[in-house]
Amino acid sequence: MKYSGFRVIREALTGHRGWGPAWRDPEPKDQYDIIVVGGGGHGLATAHYLSSVYRELSVVVLEKSWIGSGNVGRNTTLVRSNYMLAENTKFYGMSLKLWENLEQDLNYNAMVSQRGILALHHDDGGRDAQLRLANTMRMAGGDGEMLDVDQIRKLYPGLDFNNPLFPITGGFIHRRGGTARHDAVTWGYARAADRRGVDIIQNCEVTGFRIENGKCIGVETTRGFIGGKKTGVAVAGRSSQLMAKAGLRLPIESHVLQAFVTEGLKPLLPGVVTYGAGHFYISQSDKGGLVFGGDLDAYNSYAQRGNIAVLDSVLEGGLSLLPIMSRARLLRSWGGIMDMSMDGSPIIDKTHIDGLYFNGGWCYGGFKATPASGMCFAHLLSTDQPHENAAGFRLDRFRRGYVIDENGVGPTPNLH
Amino acid sequence: MLINHPLLGPRDAQEFIYLGDARLIDRPDWQAADAQEQFFEYTYLRDNPAGEHKELWFHEYGDRSWLVVTRNTVTHEITHVELASEAARARGRSK
Ligand SMILES: Cc1cc2nc3c(=O)[nH]c(=O)nc-3n(C[C@H](O)[C@H](O)[C@H](O)COP(=O)(O)OP(=O)(O)OC[C@H]3O[C@@H](n4cnc5c(N)ncnc54)[C@H](O)[C@@H]3O)c2cc1C
Repeated sequence: MKYSGFRVIREALTGHRGWGPAWRDPEPKDQYDIIVVGGGGHGLATAHYLSSVYRELSVVVLEKSWIGSGNVGRNTTLVRSNYMLAENTKFYGMSLKLWENLEQDLNYNAMVSQRGILALHHDDGGRDAQLRLANTMRMAGGDGEMLDVDQIRKLYPGLDFNNPLFPITGGFIHRRGGTARHDAVTWGYARAADRRGVDIIQNCEVTGFRIENGKCIGVETTRGFIGGKKTGVAVAGRSSQLMAKAGLRLPIESHVLQAFVTEGLKPLLPGVVTYGAGHFYISQSDKGGLVFGGDLDAYNSYAQRGNIAVLDSVLEGGLSLLPIMSRARLLRSWGGIMDMSMDGSPIIDKTHIDGLYFNGGWCYGGFKATPASGMCFAHLLSTDQPHENAAGFRLDRFRRGYVIDENGVGPTPNLH
Repeated sequence: MLINHPLLGPRDAQEFIYLGDARLIDRPDWQAADAQEQFFEYTYLRDNPAGEHKELWFHEYGDRSWLVVTRNTVTHEITHVELASEAARARGRSK
């Protein structure tokens, strides 16, 4: 069923009895051309582009829980392309372009909102770094603009401009950046893929790979063996665990990242603000809740919940930036398991096992990557060649010494 | 989280800086024939288990000693804490 304005009116007049489920709930077949493991944003986007762009006819997505139960349903939905290294600028630049046309492509309202991301600076050093970033981005065809304090005051009157320790001295705005509705992205990709015949199998955990003569011929699951000529794994925080079943050790650690939301408030923040002095960023959802987050908990964790110390420091950052937040009630906090890579950049590559492909290492920036990751992984799975915009995201780059370390902090995953 | 420091007793995890997998103690021999491969694995590859994990914590806001903490990465339960210097000597290192 195609969604349209006409359809909405017709359903409104007929008691909304005509809406069907947005995707089927099929039984798994014995054999597929391509198996995608993981029904998060990346797995579903991969399936969508496999069927729509690469015309693959036999694709299945296997999800151990319900689709969107992982990080794609837990993130703070920032979409941006503000990178400096060439591999990242072209990849995230491509992603942003795909976001801009996502709803037309999917026929689904993903609430993509380019409301702008403002990064504040508080001293000369911070300003110089931002200016350099803005120039680098513009040279690569992106957008970046420096704002002075008066311009920021007009946009965000509620910020504390005269904090004695960290006065706001200006900022940098990425106007094409913004937010999207995370669940709608999941559902939109799932529905679009399903409409082209992709089977989405929920409650089906992959427990191992069947590898014969160095070739992966399918996966063992909690619902039995499923054969596949090619298998692409996109399981985010579970990457190390699952790939270990194929004998791989990855340059990845799993860490928990928390996020927080307050009760709904009247419109207060027109866009996204990131604090240059503390690790804190905030936006306001369309329902009115303030959505914000900060640092990782910083130790390996597979618990989808965090420690109170991080809550403390995030709230301190928030209050020093936006003092009126003290009157808002915190509704919920939660955590997601991040696949933190050793250089802070992702991996989209073949493995040394024939027919087995890997997508992961998204750190805490994988939501904005969803469309490009799906497109590039689909390209790799279908053509066996890396997509030109993801050619640097190779698994062996660490061995070769070609790390893509945007922050320059070395092999310390909890600092990226 | 509380880390039961072998010398100082239970301390708040906030006093510590986290480094990672305690296998970092086993620095490869730089003169080995396959030193390059060994250092690649040492520097970049991790087991990253869901469950028991031996890891290095530095008591930055305390006595500045390194500890090897055995912690469950699913429950965050800490079952064993020892001084990293002792763990290293037990593995045959001189210090
Ligand atoms: C609190 C928080 C805030 C974030 N904020 C942002 C942000 O503002 N901007 C941004 O760009 N990114 C952000 N991220 C990061 C982003 O959410 C992730 O990088 C991205 O969602 C990861 O890709 P995914 O959607 O495919 O992962 P997931 O949604 O985690 O998908 C992986 C799926 O694989 C499934 N799976 C795992 N193991 C198996 C198995 N054995 N068999 C079958 N299925 C399996 C899981 O159940 C899961 O559904 C944030 C993350 C968190 C937790």
